Amino acid sequence: MKTIEAPERTPAPPELEPVSNAGRYRRRRISHKVLMYGLLLGLCAFILLPVGWMLTAALKPDLEPVFTPTPEWFPTKFWEWSNFHRVLTESMPFLRYSINTTIIVVANIIGVLISCSLVGFAFARLRFRGSKVLFYILIVTMLIPWQALMVPQFLFFVKLGWYGTYLPLIVPSFTGTAFFIFLIRQYMRTIPKDLDDAARVDGLNSWQIFWRIILPLSTPVLTVCAVFTFLWNWNNLLGPLIYLDSDEKFTVAMGLANLVTVSDTPWNLTMAANLITILPCVIVYFFVQKKLIGGIASVGLKG
Amino acid sequence: MAKKGLMARKEQRAAYLFLSPWLFGLAAFWIIPIIASIALSLSEYNIITSPHFVGLENYREMLFDDRTFWVSIRVTLKFMVLSVPLYLVCGLILSLLLNLKIRGINFFRTIFFLPSVLSGVAVAVLWVALLNPDVGAVHELLRNLGMSDPPRWLDSPTWAVPSVVLVGLWGIGGGAIIYLSGLQNISAQLYEAALLDGAGPWQRFRYVTLPMLTPTLLFVLITGLIDAFQVFDLAYVLSRGGNQGIGDSLQFYLINLWNEAFQNGRYGYASALSWVLVLAAAAVILIIFRTSGRWVYYEYDPERGR
Repeated sequence: MKTIEAPERTPAPPELEPVSNAGRYRRRRISHKVLMYGLLLGLCAFILLPVGWMLTAALKPDLEPVFTPTPEWFPTKFWEWSNFHRVLTESMPFLRYSINTTIIVVANIIGVLISCSLVGFAFARLRFRGSKVLFYILIVTMLIPWQALMVPQFLFFVKLGWYGTYLPLIVPSFTGTAFFIFLIRQYMRTIPKDLDDAARVDGLNSWQIFWRIILPLSTPVLTVCAVFTFLWNWNNLLGPLIYLDSDEKFTVAMGLANLVTVSDTPWNLTMAANLITILPCVIVYFFVQKKLIGGIASVGLKG
Repeated sequence: MAKKGLMARKEQRAAYLFLSPWLFGLAAFWIIPIIASIALSLSEYNIITSPHFVGLENYREMLFDDRTFWVSIRVTLKFMVLSVPLYLVCGLILSLLLNLKIRGINFFRTIFFLPSVLSGVAVAVLWVALLNPDVGAVHELLRNLGMSDPPRWLDSPTWAVPSVVLVGLWGIGGGAIIYLSGLQNISAQLYEAALLDGAGPWQRFRYVTLPMLTPTLLFVLITGLIDAFQVFDLAYVLSRGGNQGIGDSLQFYLINLWNEAFQNGRYGYASALSWVLVLAAAAVILIIFRTSGRWVYYEYDPERGR
């Protein structure tokens, strides 16, 4: 592992007067703090200014140029909110796209929660022959990029007559997603095993232990899985691009991509559509950010 | 005894019932496609006429007759070489900043992680506008700063891949989350001990933070390398619909694969390309793991003792 070699700091010569030393130390701490805030604010600008530019462009009337010699990072003069209305219903069907995407997202969340909690429970809490081998297979499927199998999967779904429907984008989630199974298994393993043993003594069977004890205790990890499923499916481009063929079935990601790739849409409407696309993700993010960040942290990285 | 055996058998039966959705999916969406994919990669198939066995012809064509394949390898490697070290270092620096215990740090964390939840398409559409080579905001900004002839970004074969790297840099916060959780797992005692030994900030970073963070670095390195093979959304939008960019400058591996399969209808050839993708990803993982023993430090490594 190479690191950028910084010059070794030579230790400061010993001060004779301890009082001035303390003052110097405090001054250095303050200047250090100012420097850190400066860096953070600068980086913040790098993240936020493009978003501000997008909003400015989205609020411009049709005849006003979005590109200006001095970039406008915040809306000041123009507040054409009707652009959003036009994108949603009038000149572009983004309301339709949003509903389509919501259908896919909700179905996937249901599928992931049912299947991954069942499978994760079996891997975490039940003893069975072949558990080691099956767990290795799970890890391998997590590492293989799914794009490597998209051609045969596509042909398979075409054979089933599912091309042009949402089924190829929904049904696989009901058979579990390796990453979420892994996440849920890791979480369920942290629940004390005594609970199961006590329940078995009381005569509960595996299903009852799952349904009444383990599942209610696993809501944090299930929330994380639901949010990830939402984000991945809302933002997914390649899947819909392969399987959907008619405009009234398109998702927001496809609709948005088409604005740039197929048609030459005016930039103010494109940016309004872009904001509509990202808004649900931003809202969800603000609501669950603590859990989401904790969820990523909980994935065992020590392997 | 007999009762225990019965309980164990019951538990095993229950386990396989719980696993059944996944086992079904494993067969239908992994094992069958994998077998089909091997067979397809050895045939010519356009979905209309039935597959026609051609042996290793697809692989031969790829290696010796397909200029586009080699271009896609070059573009992907160029992206990898530029992006992986840059994202590794920038993500680490950002996470060190976000790990500071100063007022308002939660606000900064919220802002920096934001781009990583946005769709690749939305981000790409935004940056197509910002990077417009004649009137885009980045262009105007650089001109206002006194640069007379800013790069033409996506319209320039040299700058197209760096543009994709730049757009990815905007979402670097996603990687920083992983570093941050790694940083927060480092025991405070280690820093206290280092302080007592008179270690300065740089020495604390070099001899405590960095070694303790190597497992996280390994994870980020491997996912970063694999992600480079899978660049699609950004390249698709930035090249205006998989058009490979000016002079094939955005001919990423997956863009080429997608074009061969779903635009040209060469499913056999595309399957062969998929297998090369899997083998390349597997090779990268193996090489990194093989060399990781030399630089990754595990806290509870029985061999080194602790």
